[in-house]
Amino acid sequence: MKNIPVKRVDLIFEKIVCKEIFKKIISMDPERIIQSVIDSGLKGRGGAGFPTGLKWQFAANEKGDEKYIVCNADEGEPGTFKDRQILDEVPEKVFCGMAIASKAIGAKYGFIYLRGEYYFLVSKLEKKMDEFHLLMKEMGHDFRILLRLGSGAYICGEESALFESIEGKRGEPRNKPPYPTASGLFNKPTCINNVETLVYTVMILKYGASHFMHLGTKDSRGSKVFSVSGDTPKAGIYELELGMSVDEFVEEFGDGDTKAVQVGGAAGFCVPRKRFADTVIGFEGVPTGGSMKLFNSSRSMYNVMHNYLDFFAEESCGQCTPCRVGCQQLLKGIEAVKKGERSSKYLDELVKLATTMKLASKCGLGQSVGNAFSSIVENFKEEIIY
Amino acid sequence: MTLSESISQKVNKHGKTRDALMPILQDIVREKHYISDQDMVEVARQLDLSAADIFGTTTFYSFLDTKPRGKYVIRICKTISCSMKGKNSILSTMEEILKIKLGETTADKKFSLLETNCIGWCHKAPAILINDTPYTELTPEKVTEILREYIKQR
Repeated sequence: MKNIPVKRVDLIFEKIVCKEIFKKIISMDPERIIQSVIDSGLKGRGGAGFPTGLKWQFAANEKGDEKYIVCNADEGEPGTFKDRQILDEVPEKVFCGMAIASKAIGAKYGFIYLRGEYYFLVSKLEKKMDEFHLLMKEMGHDFRILLRLGSGAYICGEESALFESIEGKRGEPRNKPPYPTASGLFNKPTCINNVETLVYTVMILKYGASHFMHLGTKDSRGSKVFSVSGDTPKAGIYELELGMSVDEFVEEFGDGDTKAVQVGGAAGFCVPRKRFADTVIGFEGVPTGGSMKLFNSSRSMYNVMHNYLDFFAEESCGQCTPCRVGCQQLLKGIEAVKKGERSSKYLDELVKLATTMKLASKCGLGQSVGNAFSSIVENFKEEIIY
Repeated sequence: MTLSESISQKVNKHGKTRDALMPILQDIVREKHYISDQDMVEVARQLDLSAADIFGTTTFYSFLDTKPRGKYVIRICKTISCSMKGKNSILSTMEEILKIKLGETTADKKFSLLETNCIGWCHKAPAILINDTPYTELTPEKVTEILREYIKQR
């Protein structure tokens, strides 16, 4: 396996004239649009990594003309802040991606679900949306975008919880199947994509699928916008080609004393120094929605773990028992071990609990708490105990 | 304007269907910084839903406050990056200036001080939101200056 060194890419923030691209796309058959996205190998950039072209195809195959495009702008994963920057700098490209998706699947309405924490973007987005609607009218494409806001609930980034929230309910995830492409928003076929994913579809159709496919690796095509934070002299937002190892990443962004990198936020994996070299950042190794957090040797991994568990215990929607009780018990558990009220062997019980949560929780939140928990406990056991 | 008129204004703007509920509740919070029991009962009446249902939705969302809050709601991010980059010293500076503890509101009903989870400014930590405005890369000096400006305002 050959790794790709850290290489900057400029697709997401590249200034383009959306009108020109949309003019070209509006005359294309939906099948051709979808095929281009499939050919590019693009996988969802929100974190879960479902093949975007396939999602569009599933939604396109559904009968009926009441379908929805939803842009998931509920960026809440700790350490992720790239969608904010994308919406701030190139909102017209996000709208354009939604319009392309609407053409592909046959939808007349789109929703952007923006987290409440980003309310300061609203006036700008509304102004740009007015311009976009004029463009749609000019192009004779019947598509309208509506903006909806979250109100401080991390779980609403989960697609079905997001639908519930737009529908005016508690943001509690639904059972799957049915999947959103069959029954999503208002129980209609829905295509829900992350902000960054939508912008990539625009660039794929502008430059061709092969341009994108030639970047990255077999399992992780293209590039990705990374949100870099923690102990780094270069915190910020970077678009990089996929396929680099954590080692190469740390070489570029570390402060010379990096002991661990949390890839994928609180729901992601902790990679310790000894694994930097053989861990690829991507779907073949550790996937990420963009969050890359570096920790140097001055940091206590107990504090990191405690912070994450506190976060999950608060943000669990409480609907299913494994997640609701599991998050609380993991938090109480590491506190008890730290205080010496429980022996270090108790950590093994907690790892088992985290595994149960992975198997038994209803949605991605409860299922992924174990990622960070097990990887931190496994690699930094002493720091949790002493 | 009576409470009922105020709510009906929002219902007229957003509609009577269930999917209008979040925008209506968000407008109430933006206007008076919290949603009272009376608000919930009135929204329920006008949307023809049960008050328990409205209560259920409202209390699910941390930004839809059901306790009276100050004119300026300050939310300090407590998630990992901000916590690593000195969130505690920013918090204690604010507590000292406002003479309130976390979770409290000043006697003049001007400021409330709350914690929140990741607000998406990790690369510029520590960060706070004052109502909808983010302030980032804070130091005790910088946050002091920011609060002094707000204190001057009515």
